[in-house]
Amino acid sequence: MIRHLLSCADLDAGTALEILDTAAEMATVAGREVKKLPALRGRTVVNLFYEDSTRTRISFEAAAKRLSADVINFSVKGSSVAKGESLKDTALTLQAMGADAVVVRHPASGAPYQLADWVDGSVVNAGDGTHEHPTQALLDAYTMRSRLGRLAGLSVAVVGDVLHSRVARSNVLLLSTLGAKVTLVGPPPLIPVDIAAALAPGAAVCYDLDSVLPQSDVVMMLRVQRERMNDSYFPSAREYARRYGLDGSRMRRLPEHAIVMHPGPMNRGMEITSEVADSPRSTIVEQVANGVSVRMAVLYLLLGGNNR
Amino acid sequence: MAYPPAAHSPTTRQPSVKVILTSADVQRVVDRIAHQILEKTQGARQTVLLGIPTRGVPLARRLAARISAFEGVDVPVGVLDITLYRDDLRQHGTRAVGPTDVPAGGIDGRRVVLVDDVLFSGRTVRAALDALNDVGRPASVQLAVLVDRGHRELPIRADYVGKNIPTALAESVRVTLAEPDGVDEVRLYGGDR
Repeated sequence: MIRHLLSCADLDAGTALEILDTAAEMATVAGREVKKLPALRGRTVVNLFYEDSTRTRISFEAAAKRLSADVINFSVKGSSVAKGESLKDTALTLQAMGADAVVVRHPASGAPYQLADWVDGSVVNAGDGTHEHPTQALLDAYTMRSRLGRLAGLSVAVVGDVLHSRVARSNVLLLSTLGAKVTLVGPPPLIPVDIAAALAPGAAVCYDLDSVLPQSDVVMMLRVQRERMNDSYFPSAREYARRYGLDGSRMRRLPEHAIVMHPGPMNRGMEITSEVADSPRSTIVEQVANGVSVRMAVLYLLLGGNNR
Repeated sequence: MAYPPAAHSPTTRQPSVKVILTSADVQRVVDRIAHQILEKTQGARQTVLLGIPTRGVPLARRLAARISAFEGVDVPVGVLDITLYRDDLRQHGTRAVGPTDVPAGGIDGRRVVLVDDVLFSGRTVRAALDALNDVGRPASVQLAVLVDRGHRELPIRADYVGKNIPTALAESVRVTLAEPDGVDEVRLYGGDR
């Protein structure tokens, strides 16, 4: 097993499937009366969040607690980072406190790699800038596999703001490793020209959502990241919704078995309508539940043994 | 502890091997334990068999099949994976987690018979008792093993023992069963017997 989880590019198919299989066993714990396992007793997991995030932080916290680890939540607001402490000094502080794992979210792409050099414990990337968000891709793959029974050969359309999306990058890497065929869909300004070739040889690019839908087993809608939109990448929200939003009539053009995914939080009415988000095809709530199981698997596989 | 591949004690000499139970012996022993379970549990009423992976699982299935053949009682059989409850997780690389499969009726208020192949230090059974505690609250717990080789490190004993084998610590006991390994056999490796 790997020591850190920094990028989906570091996962070969065997390791990725080991994580998904372990997650499937972890999921059975959620159905029990005692939702707790003793595997990480006495280990400390620090959640180091330099960006706001509710679901990812809570998901990691729940995962660590279900494995009996001690969890320290460190958010930038109200911490010494607000007083100007550098990432390195924060890392050395965590190191001195004996953190066995640091779950880090940071606005700068690559920050988790830096951190991995400075601390002895395992580093888990919980989203760095516009680079990667590997546990999100793992939980997405887990959700696809549990709904559709397989990953190899699936056609997955990833729709929206690919340029700013770490979720998209991690998903393209992981899904290609696991044998799925990914098509990136969105307005040309939001899809870097050479991204498909740079990320994975099998990935394709298409600017027309309607032509992709009938061949898709999975449609993954990305959030339109208004907070990253200082420049205008498309003329207006209404035009974006009309061309790339998933509404009821577009959903009905999907094959019978196809599912609709969204990493959350959603902009209802923008990239996805409520009719779609609340339909039985939508896996959005399942994705949250699966997130805890997948993160339990990652933490167990990184910290469960003496992998130092 | 009985985990494949069983490690042989490293010696420069050819390690001695002795067959303790042959295929026919294993079948007789399983039959006997099935009878004993029926006897001690008033006909296997309210009883659940839980096998501890790897080789406790096929053993539990065989016991249930024999109990069914002798008395026509269907005993629920399940699997109890103990990986996450082991006390030596940190002494090894990360271990793969296996499936736990508790029969549909659950174990609350039932008599649970844990089934394993070899009883050695008792640590596997301790982990199984902890795991059981998180799955439910059985009325009572019993332990059935194919082989008891001694050297307990915890106050644990078996209720049903196929064969007691006095061993030295340097020796190792290896159980093979037809389902995973192709042949039923119990062998003792090492020592000068």
